[in-house]
Amino acid sequence: MAEFIRFDRITKFYGPLCVVENLDLGIGKGEFVSLLGPSGSGKTTLLMMLAGFEQPTAGEILLDGTSINAVPTYKRDMGVVFQSYALFPHMSVGDNIAFPLQMRGIGKAGIDERVKRALDMVQLSTLSDRRPSQLSGGQQQRVALARALVFEPRVVLMDEPLGALDKQLREQMQLDIRDLHRRLGLTIVFVTHDQSEALTMSDRVAVFNKGKIEQIGTPRQVYDEPATRFVAEFIGETNLVEGVVETVQGAEATVRLPSGAQIVSAVSGSIASGQSVFLSIRPERVDLSETRSEGRNVLETEVTDSVYQGDHLRVQLHNATHPLIAKLGRRSREFPPGTKVFAAFSAGDCRVIAP
Amino acid sequence: MSAASSRTRRSLLLLAPLLFFLIGFFVWPLFSMMSQSVSDPAVLRLLPRSAEVLADWDRNSPPTIPMQTALMKDLKAVNDDQALGDMVRRLNSARSGFRTLMGKTTSALKETANPPVDLVSIDKRWEKPEFWLAIADALSPYTDRNLLAAVDLGRNAAGDIEHLPPDQSVNGVILMRTFWIAALVTFACVCIGFPYAIIAASLDGWKRDLMLGAVLLPLWTSLLVRTAAWFILLQEQGLINDLLRAIGLIDAPLALIFNRTGVIIAMTHVLLPFMVLPIYSVLITIPKNLMPAAASLGAHPLRAFLRVLLPLSLRGVASGALLVFISAIGYYITPALIGGPSDQMISSIIAFYATGSANWGMAGALGVVLLVATLLLYSVYARLSSDEVGGR
Amino acid sequence: MKTIFKSGVLAAAAVVLSAGLVAPVFARDLTVVSWGGNYQDAQRNIYFKPFSEKIGKPVLDEAWDGGIGVIQSKVKAGAPNWDAVQVEAEELALGCADGLYEKIDWDKMGGKDKFLDSAVNDCGVGAIVWSTAIAYDGDKLKEGPTSWADFWNVEKFPGKRSLRKGPKYTLEFALLADGVSKDEIYDVLGTEEGVARAFKKLDELKPNIVWWESGAQPLQFLASGEVAMTSAYNGRITGINRSEGKNFKVVFPGSIYAVDSWVVLKDAENKDAAQDFIAFASLPENQAKLPEFVAYGLPNKEAASKVPADFSKDLPTDSANMTDAIPLNVDFWIDNAETLTQRFNAWLAQ
Ligand SMILES: Nc1ncnc2c1ncn2[C@@H]1O[C@H](COP(=O)(O)OP(=O)(O)OP(=O)(O)O)[C@@H](O)[C@H]1O
Ligand SMILES: [Mg+2]
Repeated sequence: MAEFIRFDRITKFYGPLCVVENLDLGIGKGEFVSLLGPSGSGKTTLLMMLAGFEQPTAGEILLDGTSINAVPTYKRDMGVVFQSYALFPHMSVGDNIAFPLQMRGIGKAGIDERVKRALDMVQLSTLSDRRPSQLSGGQQQRVALARALVFEPRVVLMDEPLGALDKQLREQMQLDIRDLHRRLGLTIVFVTHDQSEALTMSDRVAVFNKGKIEQIGTPRQVYDEPATRFVAEFIGETNLVEGVVETVQGAEATVRLPSGAQIVSAVSGSIASGQSVFLSIRPERVDLSETRSEGRNVLETEVTDSVYQGDHLRVQLHNATHPLIAKLGRRSREFPPGTKVFAAFSAGDCRVIAP
Repeated sequence: MSAASSRTRRSLLLLAPLLFFLIGFFVWPLFSMMSQSVSDPAVLRLLPRSAEVLADWDRNSPPTIPMQTALMKDLKAVNDDQALGDMVRRLNSARSGFRTLMGKTTSALKETANPPVDLVSIDKRWEKPEFWLAIADALSPYTDRNLLAAVDLGRNAAGDIEHLPPDQSVNGVILMRTFWIAALVTFACVCIGFPYAIIAASLDGWKRDLMLGAVLLPLWTSLLVRTAAWFILLQEQGLINDLLRAIGLIDAPLALIFNRTGVIIAMTHVLLPFMVLPIYSVLITIPKNLMPAAASLGAHPLRAFLRVLLPLSLRGVASGALLVFISAIGYYITPALIGGPSDQMISSIIAFYATGSANWGMAGALGVVLLVATLLLYSVYARLSSDEVGGR
Repeated sequence: MKTIFKSGVLAAAAVVLSAGLVAPVFARDLTVVSWGGNYQDAQRNIYFKPFSEKIGKPVLDEAWDGGIGVIQSKVKAGAPNWDAVQVEAEELALGCADGLYEKIDWDKMGGKDKFLDSAVNDCGVGAIVWSTAIAYDGDKLKEGPTSWADFWNVEKFPGKRSLRKGPKYTLEFALLADGVSKDEIYDVLGTEEGVARAFKKLDELKPNIVWWESGAQPLQFLASGEVAMTSAYNGRITGINRSEGKNFKVVFPGSIYAVDSWVVLKDAENKDAAQDFIAFASLPENQAKLPEFVAYGLPNKEAASKVPADFSKDLPTDSANMTDAIPLNVDFWIDNAETLTQRFNAWLAQ
């Protein structure tokens, strides 16, 4: 995929506060990239710099190979969907959507036609004459989307556009946006702090922490192969177990836990023997049985609690030195507290992470 | 007592202070001002006999003996000095000279030793029909005289409405001038206050406080201090002229004081807060991201301003303009001190009639004219602002 | 709920009652009203404070800007909150005719013959004699104007002029400048032609006139050099010469003098104390202290004779100053103020 947007060593200071630090990021044409990270990690700031509302303190932003640092917002041709929609309250829905077309000097007939198409796309054709204040949150959201898309911008930037919606509507909109992305071949930069949203929608996810990108990759990569402890903990739930590396062989390492057990685990990055590390084990990859299974990692544990959660059974375990959580399919049998069980997981389902 | 009626009573009790206040300080004064301007009982009350006799008079022949006798009887019967004073004031306002004439006449009538035979023997002026005409015209309990005079109209001897002679028609000119000055001040306030409010609303913390404080300052300083300050700034050897000359912009000093320019500058200065504050309060309710949104949609900053910020803040501008305009038409001390001879505003005329000559009828009539103009203006404003939110 | 309602009624009743009760308990102290500024400061020193000590009660003082309407509305409303007020001659004449003032007890004042004739009235006792005269800065104009004709002569004395905005004084001065003799002024002004003549003369000077409205303005204009000469109240001129070391000159020939009087408002709460106060303020030994502070003439003949020559040369009542001065014709102005003001405003607006 050809690279379309490039953040080249971008740094942003607000006064003495460093919000984005020496950041490099490339985004391909037609790609859907999510910026995921905790509050205050600099996602919005990065987006604002891309839109031209803020200037980077250092570094350069390239679009299609040319620097856009000096290009004012209104010439950047990027559609922005704001977290609070930023619809113009004194204009009707139709006028809101027509606004970017009017700014581009498109004729009346052309505008009408394109507004109609945009309204159809977001299924709001009947509400064209209403004011934004007369719409529900989801409807306003879709107007904002239509307005950002109607002028066929080169890039669409969305800053937590679904934050204010309820769960059901949010999921519906996630699918709608993904569908639009596919159909129109848009390049989308999407900011969110909801990990499942990022995983559902994106081609790639960039995980932010304190103004830096901790890891960037496909949803599968960041979930299954977290590069850092932050990523492992931030995305999904995980068991982190301390241990010391004994041997490394290719993509696998043997780690000894404080309890004495030896675990074979997949490795990413450089790990040396003798190093103390964390093991990340996803709870849903842990199987429980009363008999020791062969060929996999096994820990002897005792059930301390077990909670039925509808779609899965959540079992809290404890072995000699640390707690462990397992999520079992709902068809699995019950384990009453006190039961002694073997927790088993294969080498590919666990990862060594340098501290 | 049912629960509902006790609740109504209680809420009435809570509203009572408001109602008393409204009636005592708005309804009653307005009503009495209006009734002052049309009621005219001062003469009829004291001269009932003359009223009867004068009804038969042809309005231009010399006064007859019965007329004089009736008036003498009436005047002798008066025992209330203040009522007499009201009557004399009313008559003198229609015809100069009544004050001294009445003073002379009443004291002559008190003379019991050798009572005067008729009025003409007391003062020759009683021969003139003009004085009698003034009395005859003042005998109806209601009059449109003040209201007509407030707009430079009057009734001629035949009772038809016509324009007053130019040396008496000053209200129309001054009224128009008042509105014109108020409009200029409003315009100046919009031109300065709007950008000022935009800047203040875009700042935060101490900078915003400083800007708002600076614009409020003239309201907190006394009129005398302010006037002295303007004088120092604006006079021919004042700071502004000196500065302009020092940087070589002008050769001869500009006339900035004792003319219209000075009045506009000074009034704009005082009234600016009434423009800035309403606009500011509207601006801070406008979401901060609308202008960036417009820019991202391809709007040049100027077009974004015209299409987004301006229409959204128009209501603040309209209420600011209304406040400034209505306050401005009531000004008179500032124009009097800073302005030239042709900058006198209508309030100074009202003040003259009210405090200077206690002619409450004329003061009330001018007040009514001003009130009507203000209400008209307000209805225009109400129409405009309801149009603006009409779609909601 | 009912108790809340009841207690509300009780509270309201308590407020009403206490408002009604409080007022008579704290009777208002004697309230004297004058023109404010330096003049009232001086009066406070020599009249208000000593009188308060003498009667052993506080004396309140307030300032006002004149206007018969103010007095009328206070008296008509009943129980006026002022007792003794210093008024101008027209307010005295108008208010006396309208019954707005108490009659003066002249025995208390020491008899009518102790005062100048113009200071004696049924309703008022003269307090000061003051002039409106030409004033100029002696430091800027070595050869100053000596008459109103000079005031009008902008060739000989270049520079702006300042006059009080209003027909009173202005029309008289215009006629004087036009050569009418001082004894005929009001006869001429009483005719339509005379009024037209005065306005015609004013037309000549109109482009050079800066109008003043408050008594402090002409001093400001002179001090800043905004105008070359102005009409002004003589007391203010002498005051600024003394306090700020200016060398402003007053031209007494052609000046117009008038008497301000003390009156007692009709049915005022402290009307007897007010008469006592006026008597106190009219005592020769008290009145004689005034010229030291402000250069106003004294209506009490004995007081006038006690003023040291140093101060008396600045007073309008000084015989040298009085010779060519003109007394204000109050009767003319109470008859014609309204019409002439209207005409003056129309003329200004042209
Ligand atoms: N205009 C500003 N001035 C000063 N500091 C700012 C400004 N805007 C943002 N910051 C700071 O920069 C940091 C990053 O802000 P940013 O808005 O980029 O966070 P975010 O990742 O979008 O967080 P969220 O998920 O809460 O929206 C925060 O600590 C914030 O306080
Ligand atoms: Mg954000």
